[in-house]
Amino acid sequence: MSSASRLHVPHPPARPGERADFSYLKLSPAGAAARPDARASIEEVASLSTSLVRVLGEEHRATGPWDPHLEPADLQVGLRHMMTTRVMDDRMQRAQRQGKISFYIKSTGEEAISIAQAMALRPTDMLFPSYRTQGLHIARGRDVVDLMCQCLSNTRDMCKGRQMPIFYHWASGNIFSVSGNLTTQMPQAVGWAMAAAIKREDHVAAAWTGEGSTAEADFHHALTFAAVYRAPVLLNVVNNQWAISTFQGFAGGEQQTFAARGPGYGMPGIRVDGNDFLAVYAVTQWAAERARTGAGPTLIEHVTYRAGAHSTSDDPSRYRPKDEWEAFPLGDPIQRLKQHLIALNAWSEEQHSALEKEIEEYVSASWKEAVSYGTMTEAPSLDPDTLFEDVFKEMPDSLVRQREQLRALRG
Amino acid sequence: MAKMNMVQALNSAMDVMLQRDPATVVMGQDVGYFGGVFRCTDGLQRKYGEHRVLDMPIAEGGIVASAIGMALNGLRPVAEIQFADYIYPGFDQIVSELARIRYRTAGDFSVPVAVRVPCGGGIRGGQTHSQSPEALFAHICGIKVVMPSNPYDAKGLLIAAIESDDPVIFFEPKRLYNGPFDGDPNKPATPWSSHPKGEVPEGYYTVPIGKAEVVRPGKEVTVLTYGTIVHVAEAAAKATGIDAEIIDVRSMVPLDVETITASVKKTGRCVIAHEATRFAGFGAELLATVQEECFWHLEAPVERVAGWDTPYPHAFEWEYFPGQQRLGAALRKVREAA
Repeated sequence: MSSASRLHVPHPPARPGERADFSYLKLSPAGAAARPDARASIEEVASLSTSLVRVLGEEHRATGPWDPHLEPADLQVGLRHMMTTRVMDDRMQRAQRQGKISFYIKSTGEEAISIAQAMALRPTDMLFPSYRTQGLHIARGRDVVDLMCQCLSNTRDMCKGRQMPIFYHWASGNIFSVSGNLTTQMPQAVGWAMAAAIKREDHVAAAWTGEGSTAEADFHHALTFAAVYRAPVLLNVVNNQWAISTFQGFAGGEQQTFAARGPGYGMPGIRVDGNDFLAVYAVTQWAAERARTGAGPTLIEHVTYRAGAHSTSDDPSRYRPKDEWEAFPLGDPIQRLKQHLIALNAWSEEQHSALEKEIEEYVSASWKEAVSYGTMTEAPSLDPDTLFEDVFKEMPDSLVRQREQLRALRG
Repeated sequence: MAKMNMVQALNSAMDVMLQRDPATVVMGQDVGYFGGVFRCTDGLQRKYGEHRVLDMPIAEGGIVASAIGMALNGLRPVAEIQFADYIYPGFDQIVSELARIRYRTAGDFSVPVAVRVPCGGGIRGGQTHSQSPEALFAHICGIKVVMPSNPYDAKGLLIAAIESDDPVIFFEPKRLYNGPFDGDPNKPATPWSSHPKGEVPEGYYTVPIGKAEVVRPGKEVTVLTYGTIVHVAEAAAKATGIDAEIIDVRSMVPLDVETITASVKKTGRCVIAHEATRFAGFGAELLATVQEECFWHLEAPVERVAGWDTPYPHAFEWEYFPGQQRLGAALRKVREAA
């Protein structure tokens, strides 16, 4: 017996030792995608879910209807934030290699997404991050010492030593806590946005997830609830092509774009060049305006590339070609914004080198300060008594007793 | 005071809180226009509008997650899961998120969500409409878990749950919605109107979470139980003539260890009973607590009476249900042990 039926197992275009191949990525030229009104019907924006919104084009010039026309000064701020994020990532990666912290996750190559989006939103908008969106904190003005102290689980750790590195939160900065259970934050962001609408406030929520974890049921819940209630929320899928060793085809990216999930649920889906600061900014601005004016949610797919390992525990040379990052057709977001500023005569190599040096000094000084508040192995240390706090608002008798037991053991 | 059954008492609790606190919202499948499959939210949407009493998609994970998001944005959601048997798609959001957001953010974020969960069998619901999964939730750090056994407690505990700054899983034994069912399916149902705990104040009051109640004082054997089995135990004590002290645990988390141990130390004998399956059921935690706190006061081994370690069978519901016969046998055995 034979049959035409055959199980399809997706394969990435290239494995280690093979030539990197991004021919599967459908690209549009810069400026080609139309920019409908922010309150346009889903039908009018349907094509945006399969095309690619790009602004930075030939000669590093901004082109087309999505150009957000930002002032060079704003672009310089964006460049600074992206560079700060990258330098901090490199410093923390080294700290992990030196055994100072247990774990780290870099966002190298994806900085434009966090930075441009945080800049395009209002400080009162609530952000529900994923584990690779540390740039949100940087763009909202957080002292990198705070982030470092979290990674160190030291006496200034916002999480009181309860979370492994990078699981940051910032209540006063309106950035929610990162969860290790992926995509849980997406339907939570929808709930937050529903509450904003119930209260008739014009704040919006934004959430991020990787393309890999769009396969989780929570992603479906988020899109269903967002569409049903037309919640003022931006749901972002950061398609960096890889979920640890699992390429995007395994999350369902072979036959259809992730942005195309949006129209299927009844909301716009916009596929954007995630390494194009201007395009990401413009799309975010569009979706935020749509949400704020009562027209509902938007799903945004950011096409980017995870330039580094998944985390410090991962070795991508075991599953993908070493030169993929260099071959990625959308380039490096920092280089692209730098070249754009130079093309505008608003930046120079000298200024860039000077800024790089300044940021490296800032990050280095921040690290020195952060370790002065303790590390996992060096004093000062957190009081182990605190491990019983915050399970509940008020400590129940059972935990008071367990705290006594631990105190007795500690002598 | 008014006569209320448990459905009316729960409805009244939500009504009081919707009136009292504009942050309160009620949400779930069928809870809005229709008023809930068990009628617990009947009339609330007409009174408070569809923005405060929200119908929701059939997605328990989405219901819990959106409730979390609303709580993060200042609301006090009361989310109904239509049957305990259907709560599992929301389990990750409860275990990994709802229960731990306060802890993982060192108190910077909190999520005051009350999740209402009709549970228990005896309604010909088979294995998909009869479960009592309270032990699964009591095992999780960071959520309170309660189960009232009568209308007065149901209203007072639900108001306390809505006002709690910590999340609460609120189990409602649906066999008790209309009357104090004592485990005998063959006799005519007794309504709550003839029970003292069917007297319920119409306004605001709370029953504190974390306090057990001695519902029948006695000298011979302590019975630790909750939910439907409270009434089964009362009937079994009456039928056997054993002077049992029956404690309605009411709150699994936090557990009122003081009331439990005071009683067991007094009687020296203990029966633990619940409708949920026996193996690793909440009774095991009660038993361990009794052993740790009361060992030198015990005159007899402690007995457990529970649902069999099988799924809830449709055709053999009353063989499964821990009824008066099994409760009575356990009471006699523990009283008569040397």
